Amino acid sequence: MPATHLSPVTVRLILIAALVLVSAISLNYGALDLGAQAWLNPQGDQGRVLYQLRLPRLLLSLLAGALLATTGAAAQALFRNPLADPSLIGVSAGASLSVVGLMVLAGGWLLEHRLDPVILPLAAFLGGLASTLLVVRLSRTLSGISVTTLLLTGMAINAIAISGIGALKYLSDADTLREASFWLLGNLSADGWMPVLVLIVVAFPVLMLLAREGHELNLLLLGVSQAQLLGVDVQSLQRRLVLLCALGVGAVVAFGGLISFVGLIVPHLIRLLCGPDNRYLLTHSALLGALFMVLADLLSRMLVSPAELPVGILTALIGGPVFLSILVYRLRSGGVDA
Amino acid sequence: MLEAIGVAHDRGASRRLEAFDLRLKGGELSGVLGPNGAGKSTLVALLSGLLEPSAGELRLKGLLLSRYTLRERARHMTVMLQRQPLDFAFSVRDVIAMGSYPLDLPLPDLDRRIEELAQGLDLEHLLSRNYLSLSGGEAQRAQLARVLVQRGCSPSVILLDEPLSALDLRHQHQALALIRTLAQREGHAVLMVLHDLNLASRYADAVLLLGKGALVEQGRTAEVMQPNKLSALFEVPIERYQTGDGLGVFTSNAAPRA
Repeated sequence: MPATHLSPVTVRLILIAALVLVSAISLNYGALDLGAQAWLNPQGDQGRVLYQLRLPRLLLSLLAGALLATTGAAAQALFRNPLADPSLIGVSAGASLSVVGLMVLAGGWLLEHRLDPVILPLAAFLGGLASTLLVVRLSRTLSGISVTTLLLTGMAINAIAISGIGALKYLSDADTLREASFWLLGNLSADGWMPVLVLIVVAFPVLMLLAREGHELNLLLLGVSQAQLLGVDVQSLQRRLVLLCALGVGAVVAFGGLISFVGLIVPHLIRLLCGPDNRYLLTHSALLGALFMVLADLLSRMLVSPAELPVGILTALIGGPVFLSILVYRLRSGGVDA
Repeated sequence: MLEAIGVAHDRGASRRLEAFDLRLKGGELSGVLGPNGAGKSTLVALLSGLLEPSAGELRLKGLLLSRYTLRERARHMTVMLQRQPLDFAFSVRDVIAMGSYPLDLPLPDLDRRIEELAQGLDLEHLLSRNYLSLSGGEAQRAQLARVLVQRGCSPSVILLDEPLSALDLRHQHQALALIRTLAQREGHAVLMVLHDLNLASRYADAVLLLGKGALVEQGRTAEVMQPNKLSALFEVPIERYQTGDGLGVFTSNAAPRA
């Protein structure tokens, strides 16, 4: 079977074009039709909808999608397994648990002091980091990280976190319960710019730093020892990757809740299109992740208009079957592809 | 080029190796022979710096190996391990090119290296193939090519742990001829773990015999590869039959000694 793929430049151009198109549609679509004057008059009704609701929401979707897809691709290289994803190894669950914990135990206080846009991402990051480190430590064997143990440990940590979330919900009052449940379903509706600003501050360094590791990630795929013999400081690379993944996913979870499957299927589709080379995979995944997320957000507003579906439900509804079909395809073809 | 003085490893039950001295010379090919579990891979791991010796010192080109940064070390030493896990659909050319990571090779030089190795290892028709679709022997040849791309621009150390285990006879000879040519032409010091006594006697300049966690003998190939020594090492009667070229062939037809 020849390894024929599209050239990285072609794929990048197509993705950027599609992203611009879908973003334009997404800005325009909604209960209110926006004209050109919305752009020129930020204080008018249309302008407020555009600048306070749709634009931040678009940017939130873009950044969340890019972060989820890129950290997914990085996690797959880190664990040398194309089916790894931060959500499978407990990052999202740990992040969610600590966010719900804060919401239930100190939500009112945070809201009162307007600290939630800063404290919640921080808590999500720390929770995600803690659970990742726990999973990695538990699945480390003498010969490196065992992927089977890793996924099983991730499942156990996920289950523990979910039951923890359940207990917290049980303890919470009706308003917090509603807020936490809605947030857990995944939702990118933005009210104002604060979440967007925080996410930009997190996303740019995370995405740029991860994209720089592409070459070394390729070598990591040869095995930890072999990468070391090629001159890669594997331990330091692994540490950087775990930190960046926890930070990126933590920030998304803090503002978007649980949005699953993006990190799994987006890198996979990119590999099918232009091969597994991480020097391109990470940036292409960021673009396709952003596109996928904007599209999902658009659909979530269109399908049950004028109400909206939590976007996490939609990504799981699309991503789940896509993931299953990739899995079945891999099994049928002897596990030999992508 | 690579010197081990009193190097030993005594941590862990399975990876013990008694103290040994060893000197790999540029332009020479040293073969390592020994039964399973004798410590051959431990030897490679120690010499490559993957495993830290519990005693003794290793010097690469006169400098302590532990003083090298990982990247510097990779520019002077290239190593092939037994297991090559790779579960992603890179093209064969991409896999081979990964070996150039620590070197600052200009692209035309890298292409030239890849072409030469592809020719020598019969990989030319496979370069654009998906690595995951290769047979075991083809994948091993691709990995060997990757390791050989990494050889330094100045004479360096090449350590190969069973690089021919999945290859057919023709490809074994081809690979060994290529490795010997590279070593002699560019002055690299090669150490390779082998299981085939006849390949070792034909291609190696020096031979090391390893048994039960100790380096039992080392020297020039003709001195070391005596049927009585090999029989004792492998615990089966091994005989040598004379051939026209004077090298002889080793065979063993008997069941192991009780």
